[in-house]
Amino acid sequence: MAENTRPIGGRHGMRGPRPKVENPGLILKRLAGYVLRNNWLSLLAVGFFIIVSTLANVQGTLFMKTLIDDYILPMMGTAQPDFGPLAAAIGRVAGFYLIGVLATFIYNRMMVNVSQGTLKQLRDDLFTHMESLPIRYFDTHAHGDIMSIYTNDVDTLRQMISQSMPQLFSSTIMVVSVVASMLFLNIPLTVLSLAMVGLMLFVSKKLAGQSGKYFSAQQKDLGAVNGYIEEMMNGQKVVKVFCHEEESVRRFDELNDKLFASASSANTFANVMMPANAQLGNISYVLCAIVGGILALGGVGGFTLGGLASFLSFNKSFMMPVNQVSQQMNSIIMALAGADRIFRLMDEEPEADNGYVELVNVTYDEEGKPQESEKRTGHWAWKHYHKATGETTYEPQQGDVVFDGVDFGYNPDKIVLHDIHMYAKPGQKIAFVGSTGAGKTTMTNLINRFYDIQDGKIRYDGININKIKKADLRRSLGMVLQDAHLFTGTVMENIRYGKLDATDEEVYAAARRVNADGFIRRLPEGYNTLLTGDGGNLSQGQRQLLTIARAAIADPPVLILDEATSSIDTRTERIVQEGMDQLMKGRTTFVIAHRLSTVRNSDCIMVLENGRIIERGTHDDLIAQKGRYYQLYTGNLAEE
Amino acid sequence: MLKTLRAQIGEFARDSILTPLCMIGEVIMEMIIPLMMASIIDDGVEKGDIHHIYVVGAWMILAAALGLFFGVMGGRFGARASTGFARNLRRAMYRNIQTFSFSNIDKYSTAGLVTRLTTDVTNLQNAYQMILRMCTRAPVSLIVAMCMAFSISPRLASVYLVAVVVLGICLVFIMSRTFGYFQETFRKYDDLNASVQENVLAIRVVKAYVREDYENEKFKKASGRLRDLFMKAEKILTLNMPLMQLTVYGCILFISWFGAQMIVVGDLTTGNLMSLLNYCMNILMSLMMLSMVFVMITMSRASARRIVEVLNERSDLADGENPLTQVKDGEVEFEHVHFAYKQGGEEVLSDINLHIRPGETVGIVGGTGSSKSSLVQLIPRLYDVTGGSVKVGGVDVRRYDLEALRNSVAMVLQKNELFSGSIKENMRWGDPHATDEEIRQACQLAQADEFIQAMPDGYDTHIEQGGSNVSGGQKQRLCIARALLKKPKILLLDDSTSAVDTATDSKIRQAFAQKIPGTTKIIIAQRISSVQDADHILVLDDGKVNGWGTHQELLETNEIYREVYLSQTQGGGDFDQKGED
Repeated sequence: MAENTRPIGGRHGMRGPRPKVENPGLILKRLAGYVLRNNWLSLLAVGFFIIVSTLANVQGTLFMKTLIDDYILPMMGTAQPDFGPLAAAIGRVAGFYLIGVLATFIYNRMMVNVSQGTLKQLRDDLFTHMESLPIRYFDTHAHGDIMSIYTNDVDTLRQMISQSMPQLFSSTIMVVSVVASMLFLNIPLTVLSLAMVGLMLFVSKKLAGQSGKYFSAQQKDLGAVNGYIEEMMNGQKVVKVFCHEEESVRRFDELNDKLFASASSANTFANVMMPANAQLGNISYVLCAIVGGILALGGVGGFTLGGLASFLSFNKSFMMPVNQVSQQMNSIIMALAGADRIFRLMDEEPEADNGYVELVNVTYDEEGKPQESEKRTGHWAWKHYHKATGETTYEPQQGDVVFDGVDFGYNPDKIVLHDIHMYAKPGQKIAFVGSTGAGKTTMTNLINRFYDIQDGKIRYDGININKIKKADLRRSLGMVLQDAHLFTGTVMENIRYGKLDATDEEVYAAARRVNADGFIRRLPEGYNTLLTGDGGNLSQGQRQLLTIARAAIADPPVLILDEATSSIDTRTERIVQEGMDQLMKGRTTFVIAHRLSTVRNSDCIMVLENGRIIERGTHDDLIAQKGRYYQLYTGNLAEE
Repeated sequence: MLKTLRAQIGEFARDSILTPLCMIGEVIMEMIIPLMMASIIDDGVEKGDIHHIYVVGAWMILAAALGLFFGVMGGRFGARASTGFARNLRRAMYRNIQTFSFSNIDKYSTAGLVTRLTTDVTNLQNAYQMILRMCTRAPVSLIVAMCMAFSISPRLASVYLVAVVVLGICLVFIMSRTFGYFQETFRKYDDLNASVQENVLAIRVVKAYVREDYENEKFKKASGRLRDLFMKAEKILTLNMPLMQLTVYGCILFISWFGAQMIVVGDLTTGNLMSLLNYCMNILMSLMMLSMVFVMITMSRASARRIVEVLNERSDLADGENPLTQVKDGEVEFEHVHFAYKQGGEEVLSDINLHIRPGETVGIVGGTGSSKSSLVQLIPRLYDVTGGSVKVGGVDVRRYDLEALRNSVAMVLQKNELFSGSIKENMRWGDPHATDEEIRQACQLAQADEFIQAMPDGYDTHIEQGGSNVSGGQKQRLCIARALLKKPKILLLDDSTSAVDTATDSKIRQAFAQKIPGTTKIIIAQRISSVQDADHILVLDDGKVNGWGTHQELLETNEIYREVYLSQTQGGGDFDQKGED
């Protein structure tokens, strides 16, 4: 069953406590700027049509005065009343009404375009920006928090843009035109109505203040209950194994009862708000009726019965927008808090790239000189423009990597790699070994510039990697990570991820090369099998094979491999391993090794500990040294 | 479904009944006001009777005050009823989940259960409040206003009847059209968010392959499709407002025209005309509100269904009659055991026969999917066998009281959890009355004492939720210590030292052999070194016993065992099996 976890409707928006937002004005301004940028013309038109629609409504209410004063009352005495003029007047009003309805329809329609267009733009901008952020951002921000920007924050913003904003605008216009009409009808009564509105706002504010207190209590208790639920559901099997059910229920009941108490109070206040406002509105209506009645009776200032009728109508329609605005306020504040988080993500610095050396296809002429080519030639070269001399050179891409005195720390204050010197000639295999946390993965993350080094130099084919365009640098490096991440889509699409323009034949060939073809063909739909989520319907080994095939089709000269720690499932392990071995053939390879055979077949082994290379050499050299490697190899590890 | 939910209203039945009653009171008070208004106009203003204005005015204020009273009480009862209902739902679900067996738990994902207990309950709480308050308010105010209008002038009021029917049909049409679209949109929306999540998780892959632009294009296409769907749905919805206006305006004009004529001939008073126009808004707004409430309630149906599912789930493990409360010793016997996770499903264990004497140490090895975990989970009766029988202390596990059995059989699960609280508190899960000294001894056995002592607060160190502030190897050792505190007759370790380095691992095993010789120890392991000195080693393959014997025997006779052993010692052993601490 699809788990539809969406909280329903906008109600929660109206009810939660107001979150604290710093500088709401600034965020609102920025948001408005964002919405206006592409839609100012539409919004201008929307504003115009809202005004038209409101005016049509107001003229209708004003007509009541004309109806009573100019038609009904004069005609009441006549024996042969002539309804002709009344018919004409009603026809006129009907005409205006029709225009109003049309205007309402048009602005609502336009608003859909504006809000949905804006939201799409917003989502696209968010996503595009997110993709441009450095890996560091993803390391330092919880994935749940990033996701919640897309799910919760964009959603509250959707409600604000498509509902609250137009409603706020039309309510404002409504209030202004109603007040103007009321002033036109009778000034003292208007003052009375406004005083009542003042009282209403005052009471609302008081109530909101009270309920705010209870709402924060409710929020806190709800957090406690939800936290407890999450922890206990995650550990439910442990609870069972330890027969801890009663204790777990007891604690839950405590928290649950506390939540009930605060939620009940908070909701009471929220519920009281509406009837309080409505009845105050009624009292305002009654007072106006009494005072107005007396005024009309005395005919003070030419106030007529028809005037009273119209005025009372206005009094009613006055309360509605005021109520609406106060209700929208909370959801707007919520949305602004969301907008704040959205803009903060958009303000994150994208990955910087000052590289200018490009990777291009070349052909070689008779003299063996490289010529740049638009087509895929199978020969790649670094196009290097030298500022000093103004000439452009083409150096063939070979896969030669050098680390020269590299220092690195995820946090500049805490260096985790110290003075690393290392080189790999084209086609060599370099293995990193060492305990967890020794810095093996960190090393590989530096070559493709997921992180920038603090000191020293890394060179690729003799070029400082800072000078190479990041995209081209990464394209020249293949990567197979231990966590086999796949994407929703077919097996075919997932392999093709390594080379987007690969033909089906190329995909098959790549899969065959790394031993993946066999199991893929046994899948229910073969290469067209749809993978869901993170490849959840495949085993770990199968997923790994697909990521290997993906790297194989990209065919890069340099490879970074993170071997899976061995499992007892020797059969799959062997297939995966053979796939990896196939992939490594003829490429410069950096491998975070877990398997003895991989290590033994390496050209050079780097033993890392605490961010330093403490031993290096071939297997035989290192065994002869009887150092750390020897300990690791023989398993005679002194404890801690 | 409704019956299950209704049972959870419980002690809040009174509030649940009073709420709609109060709402009705409030609506009636509100509806009386325009009627009295008419009297002020007709008998007061038109006849010039100031006294009448005062008297009726006073009545009107009283009505408003009463309305306020009813409104406030309705709000209070409604809040109590709905939040109380939510409390009962949460409590009932939570309690029921505690009775779940492992196979019940397996049916739901953890996230699924959490959602049911949190978001779904909140949805239902809101829906229930809406039913109690809005669902009475809207139809009652519609009916009362209609009655009032008819009492003034049946001829004119009939236009409302027509308007209600016409608007009602249109609303039903609009809502039903949009409802389908919105369901579809939400699905697409979830898909879009899923693809974002995928990108967040796999950002290294995206960047390594320089596929940012490709992903952007893919996302833009999907978000474009989502926008189109949203627009389709919302465009239909935008018909609501103009339609409403059209009906209201139509009614106003109709009543103005015919009303004026009736007043002129004396069939109607001016005041009544105004009241009629007043009711117009009331009637049509109620209709609008009703349709919205209806949609929201329909949307909460999915939540209701999910909650009821949990409430009605029954544990499939039950104690037998006259259950035994004493487990004699740590003898374990499997007699022709067959097991499948689902009744009639694929068998994951078939015809297992084993006999383990009290105090023995038995290792279990086998590839992933060879059902090692399934096998040991039958011993504390986390699942029931589908055929044959599992005996502990010479008696079928189904004849024991479940709690007594599980108190004698301690199991360290593969995916184990620590809970937020101090280390001591976590340890006392094993034995609530354990003394500090006993806790220390258990931790020493599990080789955890040393690192605990090194922590700033020692045994009072606070463990974060899920044990996120200790390393994997430390967590495993704490979990073992916790299990030891139960002083079990049988100890089951399901791959519980995988993150512990080999040397510590062997110390733990030595400690077991010396300090708890009487306890039967069954150890599932990936590393041969963890089991090679066991009394017996069981090799499982595809749910069947493939080999049984000592390390030496198996090396000579069992092909799988030999292969694994060789791969770990010569070709493919792990290089960095040292734990991360």
